[in-house]
Amino acid sequence: MAATSDTVTDALADNGRAQVAARKAASRTVWTRWLMLSPALITILVCGLAPLFIILAYSLMKPGDYAGVICCKIVPDAWINLFFEQDMFSDAMAPNYAYYIIFARSILMALFTTALALGVGFPTAYFIATRSPKLRNLMLFLITIPFWTNLLIRTYSIIMVLQDQGVLNKILMKLGIIDQPLQLMYTNIAISYGLSYAYLPYMVLPLYASMEKLDFRLIEAGYDLYATRFQVLRRLIIPLVKPGIVAGSILVFIPAIGDYVITTQLGGGTTMMFGSLISQQFLTARNWPQGSALSLGLMALVMIALLIYAKKAVGRAES
Amino acid sequence: MRRTIVGVPALAYAEKKFTNFKSSDFWQGAKVAGATAIEARNVIKTFGTGSEAFRALDNVSVTIRQNEFFTLLGPSGCGKTTLLRMIAGFELPTSGDILLDGQPVAHLPPFKRQVNTVFQSYALFPHLTVAENIAFGLEMLGRPKSEIESQVTKMLKLVQMEPMRNRKTNQISGGQQQRVALARALAPHPKVLLLDEPLSALDLKLRKGMQIELKRLQMETGITFIFVTHDQEEALTMSDRIAVMSKGKILQVGSPTEIYEHPADRFVAHFIGETNFIEADLVEQNGDGGRLRLASGAEIFHPHANHPTTGQKVSMVVRPERIELAPLDESCQFAGTVRNIVYFGTDTTYHLDVENAGEMTVRMQNRWGHQSVLQIGDRVGLKVESDALQVLRD
Repeated sequence: MAATSDTVTDALADNGRAQVAARKAASRTVWTRWLMLSPALITILVCGLAPLFIILAYSLMKPGDYAGVICCKIVPDAWINLFFEQDMFSDAMAPNYAYYIIFARSILMALFTTALALGVGFPTAYFIATRSPKLRNLMLFLITIPFWTNLLIRTYSIIMVLQDQGVLNKILMKLGIIDQPLQLMYTNIAISYGLSYAYLPYMVLPLYASMEKLDFRLIEAGYDLYATRFQVLRRLIIPLVKPGIVAGSILVFIPAIGDYVITTQLGGGTTMMFGSLISQQFLTARNWPQGSALSLGLMALVMIALLIYAKKAVGRAES
Repeated sequence: MRRTIVGVPALAYAEKKFTNFKSSDFWQGAKVAGATAIEARNVIKTFGTGSEAFRALDNVSVTIRQNEFFTLLGPSGCGKTTLLRMIAGFELPTSGDILLDGQPVAHLPPFKRQVNTVFQSYALFPHLTVAENIAFGLEMLGRPKSEIESQVTKMLKLVQMEPMRNRKTNQISGGQQQRVALARALAPHPKVLLLDEPLSALDLKLRKGMQIELKRLQMETGITFIFVTHDQEEALTMSDRIAVMSKGKILQVGSPTEIYEHPADRFVAHFIGETNFIEADLVEQNGDGGRLRLASGAEIFHPHANHPTTGQKVSMVVRPERIELAPLDESCQFAGTVRNIVYFGTDTTYHLDVENAGEMTVRMQNRWGHQSVLQIGDRVGLKVESDALQVLRD
């Protein structure tokens, strides 16, 4: 009898110890998780959120006389200026059409760039995805090569191609297609060409990722059910690789809308874009709050667009 | 039940005619049995080149009739799927031709042939609903909306999937996916429906159900079905005719009864069902048949024992259920010892060591009470009716 109750007590004690140990282990696991996450968290905090916060703070201050800001009174001037401008003589507020036009132009340019990258990237990705695995890896490697070259150098080499005495014009003239060199540089065409070239890998890689997963037996089934090549593309391939199309388009659209280097080099400053406007505010106009407000405005624009898309996608998935 | 479908062609034909008549307002393309639907003429298909060349189809010629449930049966790698894909348009023949309703189609792309396929993997479009999947072929053919709508509803009814019409294809079970794949392929009312081992992914019970279902669909729609399988039982239960293939060649074409009862050669006999092989000498033959002497010395007269040369050794096959076990006496052609007894419920299989003939298998239905009488080690006689024997070609 005594032996039995001893066993029972022991068992209870064991049980209690086990529970304590389990709780300790659980809290240890939680701490370990935070510890493991800390490098990433610190990086995001220091390199991501902190600068963003500084920009937000700057956008709410008055500009300094030569640069910088006057601390620390909060004024909404820069934000109001995004949409309205003060009439120089009457002090009345009027819509800031100059900015609207720049916004619209940048959006259109980014859209056109995305479309161009998609048009070139889609067949490229499809071609790669339908090769043998060995060849695929080689081709993906080749696609990423331009990434290793400095952006400025890549941009200058585009200038070499596009300028009046450049490669393209010379070839066209030799072939007798044109008599005089075409004005290619410093046009919107040059800008979107440069942008889509620079961001093409961002389009090809996600497209390739979703095409690689494509079940080609479905395409066979499409042909079997009387779909022509075009119908197979439109009704099967495009809907099936849509996640890749969306991811690639977002990855090209976002950097394209705010790009500075390519637009200024290839556009020659003749057409003002969002990126050049921001840099102008910081470097030329010395209006840091305005530049900050513009950057955040651009960010908000992109985020709203993405949110609308995400909401639509979720809605579709639910229905 | 099985016998009534496959064993009596006349009845099967009558059933088919009746169902065609019943649904002829819907299936306007109901056809007269007997006319040719698909013909393969001297088809050769070689994959690869040089020393790695592999001949998947070796001079295959076959005629498949309209309104027929035709099965291509053979082990994997025998070329049956290649032949099917060639009829669908996914493979080009190296030489030879494929005729659909008398028209050569070998070089037409798949979307220009009135042939649809039920794929082994089903290949349903994951971004479309069940109804949209079924409508796909009709939409591609540019049929009017109202017609598509009513046809899709009919198809959903036909395969009993109406409640699932708005589900995505990944929200339904494997058996249901199978039905949708069938409905999708049948919806454009093709001249020929190709089925590439469509039941192989289903579990046994579902598979049995679908076998009956497929046969029903074929009869109701009056469409020629070409069915590919490596499962001999599946082939026997469903087909009007079977082509047994091996190594790129068609070895024998015939009704399930012909294939089972009168296999043309050793491979067919071996591949379909269980078989006992018996060696014998062809002693004498005339117009009525031949006299065969077994190794035991017993002689059998066989009505179909026509073989090129008299006095040669010939192989014969006999099915396990066509042998009778009996007390040993002169009327038995063989004597043997029971080595193993396997009880199957409906019948019992006896494995015997037979004198002068090696191992033989005998299956007897469990209604004679023999299963309680015979025991391992017993010596018994074996009786074989002469018409149960089949003399092989090779």
